[in-house]
Amino acid sequence: MRSRSAWTVFWRTVLGRAYPRIIGAQREKSWVFFEIFLPLLQVTAYVYIYRAIEAPPEFIGFVVLGGAMSAYWLNVLWSMASQLYWEKETGNLELYIVAPTSRMAILLGMALGGMFATTLRAIAVITIGMLLFHVSMTVQNVPVLLGVFVTTLVALYGLGMLLSSLFLLFGREAWHLSNLLQEPVSLVSGFYFPVRALGQVVAAAASILPITLGLDAMRQLLFPAMLGDLRFLSPEVELGILAGLAVLFLILARRALGYFEALARREGRLSIRGQ
Amino acid sequence: MSDSYAIHTEDLRRVFRAKRREAKKQKREIVALDGVSFSVGRGELFGVLGPNGAGKTTTIKILATLLSPTSGRAWVAGVDVAADPKGVRRHIGMVSGGETSGYGLLTIEENLWMFSQFYGMDTRAAKARIKELLAVVGLSDRSRTKIYHLSTGMRQKMNFVRGFLTDPEILFLDEPTLGLDVQTARTLRAFVSNWLAERRDRTILLTTHAMHEADELCGRVAIIDKGRILACDAPAVLKRGLQSEAIFRLRIADLADAHTAVAGRVDVSRFAQTAHDEHIEVDLILTSDGALPDVLASLQSAGGRLLSLEKREPTLEDVFLHVVGHGFEDAQREGGGA
Repeated sequence: MRSRSAWTVFWRTVLGRAYPRIIGAQREKSWVFFEIFLPLLQVTAYVYIYRAIEAPPEFIGFVVLGGAMSAYWLNVLWSMASQLYWEKETGNLELYIVAPTSRMAILLGMALGGMFATTLRAIAVITIGMLLFHVSMTVQNVPVLLGVFVTTLVALYGLGMLLSSLFLLFGREAWHLSNLLQEPVSLVSGFYFPVRALGQVVAAAASILPITLGLDAMRQLLFPAMLGDLRFLSPEVELGILAGLAVLFLILARRALGYFEALARREGRLSIRGQ
Repeated sequence: MSDSYAIHTEDLRRVFRAKRREAKKQKREIVALDGVSFSVGRGELFGVLGPNGAGKTTTIKILATLLSPTSGRAWVAGVDVAADPKGVRRHIGMVSGGETSGYGLLTIEENLWMFSQFYGMDTRAAKARIKELLAVVGLSDRSRTKIYHLSTGMRQKMNFVRGFLTDPEILFLDEPTLGLDVQTARTLRAFVSNWLAERRDRTILLTTHAMHEADELCGRVAIIDKGRILACDAPAVLKRGLQSEAIFRLRIADLADAHTAVAGRVDVSRFAQTAHDEHIEVDLILTSDGALPDVLASLQSAGGRLLSLEKREPTLEDVFLHVVGHGFEDAQREGGGA
């Protein structure tokens, strides 16, 4: 093989690994049902609860936004964190390891591809949700809103990359752990209600999950009613913490990946299937 | 270690430790490799031959940086596999038999392009090479088929193309024709031979339990059993070593087990038996042709009825029988899969 710069190999790897997520996932039309219709059903349930208890109309918007953002969390959990387990089962992981490329590039490709595909789903959930439930949003500050959204995704997928390094060692336990994380995180991150409702201590603890602060900040920037007693921290502070989390998770992911890959090689876990 | 060898190993040993809950049911430690040393020169097609569980795949995994040795050292392209796995990966490629890699929703062409990107290949060059190699293995008309529609043979042809796509300096082929039909296996063997003939500086390490495959392709073979290399030389040299002995294949009816009839005979060097529906097939290596009448008499007195007798030229299977001490199929049954 001709010598190619590490930079070229890195970015080609990112593109190569993002490709199946961007193109491949769109080919299975069932995603329209599973990833738009089903989340909307859950959103609908909360909408009717809020209407029944005569909650302020902004709460309908909170739920729609939470429903859209939950798609990212599910993507991180099932298509990032536990992904390397599936890659091991299918034999792809061996080929990733043997290739002269960075494992971070592979994870980054998975993340970018996942973000792209999930953004399509999230846009569909928000659009349909707004139309169905007559949600009106007022964008307070576009640059901060975009900053919060992008930083939330970077931190969230950074967390996904960190988790996937840990999962490099796991067998079927990866599946159980993902199952275990799914619902509690939905609760403590406040997908369907402002996280402040859980109290400052729980909200502070849940802030280690980027989606908690991201949702809280975006709700404040889209629904002015959140600016009152319902907010946890100011959007600017939340943006700063999210930026810190993004850097922290990416650094930890890189270190963990190197450490767990070496450990898995010593223990013979990189290629044993069906464990 | 100089990089005059493509591959060099010194006293490689790999021990797998069973998990605590599994250890109660089976041995706590499984010795997959027990002091394996060999060297492969540049431009060689070197075979590692042995039954399931012999240590072939473990050897390849260590050389391909997927597994650390418990002790011993190995160098690939002059680079230490344990100290610098990243350095090794710049020189190698790997194809395994029965591989199910790739993404089902992508086409053959897309999957191959994706893997080429992990090696930093330029897209235009990658697509041209994919087209060329798919034509060689007869998959041109399937290039836009999603891989979940492919048969096992087609999928393995695609895996071959993936392995050769980047023209690696050293290629590991781990049981590459496992489970394939005769025609597909033949196509892939021809592909390997041609690739190496056109690129004299490339090296292939092939593991297989198909004796004829090793005989046809390999310049040298190492026979491995229970984690140890028992013989290592050119197939012709190994077979020549048996020419002073007499090799026979007998088909015998009315006898379930010929072993007791020949056990302890000093004129029987090696013995292996394969059961069929209505007869048994017995491979014998005798010290000389003259020992045959007495051996046949022993078999007949045990109740056996001779259906056919064939005197054969030595094959690698006979070499295996000779060096290991039992038949290849017996070893297959004993073996697991390391």
